[in-house]
Amino acid sequence: MKTCKDISELLSDSMDRPLTWRERWAVRLHLLMCRHCSRFQNHLHFLHKAAGRYYLNKR
Amino acid sequence: MLKDLNNHRTILLRYALLQLHDEAVAEDAVQETLLAALQTGDSFRSESAVRTWLIGILKHKIADHYRATERHYSMESSNDDEDQNEALEQLIFNGKGRWIGAPSAWNNPDHALEQDEFWAVFEWCQKNLSEQHGRAFMLREIVGLETEEICEDMNISHSACRVYLHRARLGLRECLEQRWFNAKREL
Repeated sequence: MKTCKDISELLSDSMDRPLTWRERWAVRLHLLMCRHCSRFQNHLHFLHKAAGRYYLNKR
Repeated sequence: MLKDLNNHRTILLRYALLQLHDEAVAEDAVQETLLAALQTGDSFRSESAVRTWLIGILKHKIADHYRATERHYSMESSNDDEDQNEALEQLIFNGKGRWIGAPSAWNNPDHALEQDEFWAVFEWCQKNLSEQHGRAFMLREIVGLETEEICEDMNISHSACRVYLHRARLGLRECLEQRWFNAKREL
């Protein structure tokens, strides 16, 4: 059984590489039960979006 | 060839900005890099090899700039903040790997992107990361390099790179939550 810490690592990985189907399955299953990690996933997407706009907003 | 090189321009420019902090100077460095690349152009390389090669040239241009302006220049980063960051993880997860400070729901995050104050906080939080983690995050998410390129650039292993990115994201998320999304402020 994967912990929130494990899942947070996989969620971070998923921003950098495609997960294997086994990893995807583990993440999906965990997210069904864990709203904390679901929020973490949303926040990672937000960080990605914000970072992508970083230089646009500095001008 | 020129068209191919131009595809890498955005990434090169962001990379240069990260080091030089001045748009005009960064533009010049990228321009010189592309010119130098054209003069020694080699069309047998793969796309990713081209980028690595271009970044290599750009690094020299950036170093030249610092040499010319006689400012202290260092792309090296130290390892001495690693211990401190082990501690960061222990503040976020308990021994069983559960969240200690569980992420909270963020209210209308996209709205934050429109506010100058948010960007000041974002920058503050980014600077508050350890040097290595901050650099890995910026190279990945702001410059847009692939993890392999980051490993090479920072001269670290793939697993270290993975750990840095994870910790940077944890740290940045935590900081934004405390300093922006959950911070009391008048709107």
